[in-house]
Amino acid sequence: MAGALLEVQGLVKRFGGFTALNRVSLSVQPGERFGLIGPNGSGKTTLINCVSGALPVDGGTIRFDGREITALPPYQRTRLGIVRSFQIPKPFTSMTVLENLGIPLEYAAAGRAGAPGSADAGEILRSIGLDAKAHLRPAGLTQIEMRKLELARAMAARPKLLISDEAMAGLSSTEVDDILAILFRLNAQGITIIMIEHIMRAVMRFSERIVVLDAGERIAEGTPDEIVRNPAVEKAYLGE
Amino acid sequence: MVAGLLLGGFYAAVSLGVALIFGLLDIANIAQPAFVILGSYAAYVMNTSFGLDPILSGLLFTPVFYVLGAVVYRVYYESFERRGEESLRGLVFFFGLLFIMEVSLSLAFGVDYRLVQSWYMSRSIDLGGVGIAFRYLVPCVVGLAMTLALHLFLGRTFYGRAIMAVSQDRLALRLMGANPVQIKTIAFGVGIAAASLAGALLISIAPVIPSTDRDYIGRMFAITVLGGMGSIGGALVAALVLGVAESLMSTFFGPSWSLAVSFGILLMALAVRPAGLFGR
Amino acid sequence: MGRTSVTLLVGLAVVGAGIALAMLRVNAYLYFAGYVILQYVVMATAWNILGGYAGYVNFGTPAFFAMGAYTAVVLIQWMRAPLPVLILAGGLVAALLGLGIGYLTLRLRGTFFSIATLALSVVLQTVIMNWDYVGGSRGMSVIRPSGPPFGSYVTFLFTVMVGLAVGSVLVAQFIERSWIGRGLAALRDNEEAAECMGVPTLKLKLFATTVSGFLLGVAGAPFPYYVTFVEPNSAFALDYAVNALAMPMIGGTTSWAGPVIGAVLLGTASQLATVTISSEMNLFIVGVVLVAFVVLAPEGILGLVRRLRGR
Repeated sequence: MAGALLEVQGLVKRFGGFTALNRVSLSVQPGERFGLIGPNGSGKTTLINCVSGALPVDGGTIRFDGREITALPPYQRTRLGIVRSFQIPKPFTSMTVLENLGIPLEYAAAGRAGAPGSADAGEILRSIGLDAKAHLRPAGLTQIEMRKLELARAMAARPKLLISDEAMAGLSSTEVDDILAILFRLNAQGITIIMIEHIMRAVMRFSERIVVLDAGERIAEGTPDEIVRNPAVEKAYLGE
Repeated sequence: MVAGLLLGGFYAAVSLGVALIFGLLDIANIAQPAFVILGSYAAYVMNTSFGLDPILSGLLFTPVFYVLGAVVYRVYYESFERRGEESLRGLVFFFGLLFIMEVSLSLAFGVDYRLVQSWYMSRSIDLGGVGIAFRYLVPCVVGLAMTLALHLFLGRTFYGRAIMAVSQDRLALRLMGANPVQIKTIAFGVGIAAASLAGALLISIAPVIPSTDRDYIGRMFAITVLGGMGSIGGALVAALVLGVAESLMSTFFGPSWSLAVSFGILLMALAVRPAGLFGR
Repeated sequence: MGRTSVTLLVGLAVVGAGIALAMLRVNAYLYFAGYVILQYVVMATAWNILGGYAGYVNFGTPAFFAMGAYTAVVLIQWMRAPLPVLILAGGLVAALLGLGIGYLTLRLRGTFFSIATLALSVVLQTVIMNWDYVGGSRGMSVIRPSGPPFGSYVTFLFTVMVGLAVGSVLVAQFIERSWIGRGLAALRDNEEAAECMGVPTLKLKLFATTVSGFLLGVAGAPFPYYVTFVEPNSAFALDYAVNALAMPMIGGTTSWAGPVIGAVLLGTASQLATVTISSEMNLFIVGVVLVAFVVLAPEGILGLVRRLRGR
């Protein structure tokens, strides 16, 4: 698709004899709110790991902002603007919350015009509600605060494309809304967002377009309404 | 060439502990060579005090070493694994153990070479025109037997299969109804018990001093990595390969280069195929 | 800039104190002991740059130290090079060794790097023992150059070591306070996350290994002149492996001060123990203390102090 921000073509990933991704293709438009769903083990996180560079691919190409990035190491992709948050938060445990943000600010965002948004770590923390804890170590944070820290860190890297990997798993209903509001706000600032989630109401509300994976293959694509009515999707989740 | 194969069989015995503990459990127990040397000295003491055949002492001490291994693992688990700090501190912990054991043996036995005597040491057998000394043949055979035994244990018994499960998927293990910590304790204990017997074999083949353990660090890990981290059969093949390679090196360039062979193989294996020959 | 100037001034003051001490001509043994302790300050600091800052454990310190020492031996034999050249060359060769080992193993897990360093010492010792140009396993006698700039040659070496110790601490401080140090801390805390936050983890790891190797080689370069008889068993001594590791772990790994504290405390205690009991018993005690600290007080003395102050 012309003008796509992220373009994945025919991606293949194998682990030994097991094919985790079988020629998966998708493209994400700039500024889009994109949802990626599928049953457990369908390959969502593997796909994200390949896009972010954490895993090398066995076939296919990845293009970002018109550039082929398939062979780039993860840190360079981050510097280009692809930022991911982790499903299980991975904070820098020996640093304070503020210092945690300092790393992406210093390494990923420095010297890049990037997406419009707060450049100051303090400002990011304020916008997300963590400023009171700025000088605490991650060990002193609650579950939802850790998730927010993950997002705040991703924001500090000044992403063009933010990949949120199950940021809401295990959170209460209000907490989910909290995170959702943050993501909507980021998107309004111009950041393209890919959301991977199991919490259906969040994905349906958030996404403009959704791709569904099952057993390493793309089985459906469309608007939330189309996906909900798609029999193949129902089958993938509920079985025959 | 034959000597190389015999050596390889022995190396397999020595490396079983590492193949199990590092290959399957993913615990970087660099103190393993020290446990082996400890086994050697135990066999030495039994041999000089009671005239006991080293292999017999090796077997005799296996329960003792098993308990020792279980205790060491528990300390390791409580101090490091539980807190998720395995990498830096766990490594240093094992290094500390290695060091303490080597120095203790030095204090207790001095730095003279120690060896054992047994009825078959000076005998040899003639197989198809090639004279094979018993002192090499017996350890090799025992080594092969140990490998087979471990392989069967892992494949056929409940605890063995639980150990394989732990190495692959901790969650599946919980669903099986087994406690991963208990399983790992057993596995670690088995690995150290293997060291007891391996140490007895070692001192049968060659004289031993406390610092001999350092010669085996490279070999053990080279074999485990080359053989594929989870594969006992792979470790055997890798051990044979190493044995032959060292023999050839020794023949052409002199015996003092044999240590470089294992190191070279380790680096090559890491660079080219960290998963080893048969790894997952 | 204030902090840097203060640090430099303190460093200069320490060097000055060292020279003054050298002039005093106290009991010669104190200079020998002092040299060893200062040598350990350099080694502990060097180890900590990779071990404490980056989280990668190097068990092969003897290999790097010996590389420095034997590079010096080669240069002394070949062209009687002056001490500064020996130090620089020793450092460079050891740095290359660090870079090489790093390049081969740092793309894998830290465990493999550590195992490789463990095997490295043994292998390198074998190589040296087979190389007759530097004396092989028999060892080689080294004659000190005549006319040190001041004092006796031993007090001169002592002063040089003071300078090297101060220098290495300055390097560690500089790294710790810079963007490199912050990146290393991030990759130590969580390498995957660091890489995804834009930190070039491989490059930083190679940097740390190279600098650490360099400083270890620098510590080893004056060794031939210090002992006047270099043989593999003493150059590759296990003491170096344990002490370079134990001193930062006991002192505290997160800052430059830890290795210094550890080196001074453990070094002095070791010297006392070696003289009063035996060198082997001393090693045994070091081993036990190391394991005790790793299990019970992993943050070292610095960590204990921090906890007492309630931070």
